[in-house]
Amino acid sequence: MLMKSTPDLRESEVTPRDLYLRRREFIGAAGVAAAALATGVVTPGAAEAQNPSAQKLANLKKSSFSTTETMNSYRDVTTYNNFYEFGLDKGDPARHAHALKPRPWSIKVEGECAKPGTYNLEDILKWFPLEERIYRMRCVEAWSMVIPWNGFPLADFVKRFEPTSKAKYIEMRTLLDLRQMPGQTEPALVWPYREGLRMDEALHPLAMLAVGLYGEVLPNQNGAPIRLVVPWKYGFKGVKSIVSVKFVEKEPLNTWQQTRADEYGFYANVNPDVDHPRWTQKTERRIGEFFRRKTLPFNGYGDQVASLYAGMDLRKFY
Amino acid sequence: MTQTQIVRRIVKPLVFLAALQPAAWLVYNAFWGDLGVNPVETITNHTGIWCLRFLVLTLLITPLRWATGFNPLTLFRRPIGLFAFFYGTLHFMTYFVLDHSLVFDGVWEDVVKRPYITAGFTAFVLMIPLALTSTTGWIRRLGGRNWNLLHRLVYVSALGGALHYFWKVKLDTTNPIYYFAIVGVLLAARVWKAATKKRAVAPAAARVAPQA
Repeated sequence: MLMKSTPDLRESEVTPRDLYLRRREFIGAAGVAAAALATGVVTPGAAEAQNPSAQKLANLKKSSFSTTETMNSYRDVTTYNNFYEFGLDKGDPARHAHALKPRPWSIKVEGECAKPGTYNLEDILKWFPLEERIYRMRCVEAWSMVIPWNGFPLADFVKRFEPTSKAKYIEMRTLLDLRQMPGQTEPALVWPYREGLRMDEALHPLAMLAVGLYGEVLPNQNGAPIRLVVPWKYGFKGVKSIVSVKFVEKEPLNTWQQTRADEYGFYANVNPDVDHPRWTQKTERRIGEFFRRKTLPFNGYGDQVASLYAGMDLRKFY
Repeated sequence: MTQTQIVRRIVKPLVFLAALQPAAWLVYNAFWGDLGVNPVETITNHTGIWCLRFLVLTLLITPLRWATGFNPLTLFRRPIGLFAFFYGTLHFMTYFVLDHSLVFDGVWEDVVKRPYITAGFTAFVLMIPLALTSTTGWIRRLGGRNWNLLHRLVYVSALGGALHYFWKVKLDTTNPIYYFAIVGVLLAARVWKAATKKRAVAPAAARVAPQA
């Protein structure tokens, strides 16, 4: 007789996934706590904190969109960044982003919508419950990470302003401030950084606005205080430190397309079949791995988003 | 000790030690330090830029000798060229092993399709015959004239390396342009020397002729 048994409990149900994945930190923290107790110095919580001074985000809702892949470390996510407003080297943002003042912050909403205006971030944050979403992030430079973002769906944010039928696209801009963003004194790109989405992309449930990562308020170098995350597109679509949202009728010109239109388009969907003119997009290096892995169409989110592009020639609309 | 002996016995070993520093830095950081969040990128960039730097250095020696009249400098030309090849080999192997998992088809596809790889690969491949014929035995076998002619391929490697760097960077081409400019000046120095030499040789040959 074939004996087949299904366990009543899956391991993932026993321990919350993030706790399980961070078990070593807790073991380490326990050691530190024991040592601290022994020496009489106790700073509760400090040992497991990623950044001891960062504000923690409470009551994060789990998301079914999260991947179960191994997450990149907090150090990976916060010290290897493309954020040219702070310099061109990937270490520059972590070094120079302290000049940015992410509070107080407001976002100007304008264009084709019923409720334009200037909204304080503190108010915006009260509108939505925060979620944790563990997404793959694929950079156009052919490296990738897995990042636990904290934020809310872009769709919920967009609907608040009641875009009109003329609103076919949404354009978002980064802060322009030479004192806070010293990289803007260099004409590396045309500042401020601008990105855009088609309205159906913006309303897709996978698209999100992130205000934190790893359960903490977003570090400056990752686009504090609020940034876009579109996991099926190359990372440069994720405009950071957003101060302006505009609902428009025509496709906006995004910064990288403006810079080199032959290399970067408006859509920028992750696509292993359309190479960057100078390098392959067939494979990528997951940070933390030595060999390259295959890149998946739409960064592995094809089941959810491929239908948005039905009938489109993705070689032409890269 | 003569000047040449000092150079051979003391300066040369010191130069060798110095030239191994970039490799030592990699080994040290790989085992006891930190190669950053993307170690493969660090290794690739580090070995690549040092290959290009040694190519520039080896091209610098002859013009420096002309300028200073210090002939023992020539003793460093081949070793420095070999260090360029050493770092170039590490650079290529990093790419071949870690980017292409030792599958040559992938490399070939890159060589054919991607100009920056075409330039870099050409630069590297052309260094192979130079490294192989870098021994004194090969100078004898080929004869000094032929050997010198063959080793002019290093000019192509240096230009190819600078071009590879220029085409690779995403946005900021400042550094690649510096390398281009330096290689350009060093090659121009040779053209200038050849041109002035021709003019100088003509009357000299006329003077020497009766004695021959």
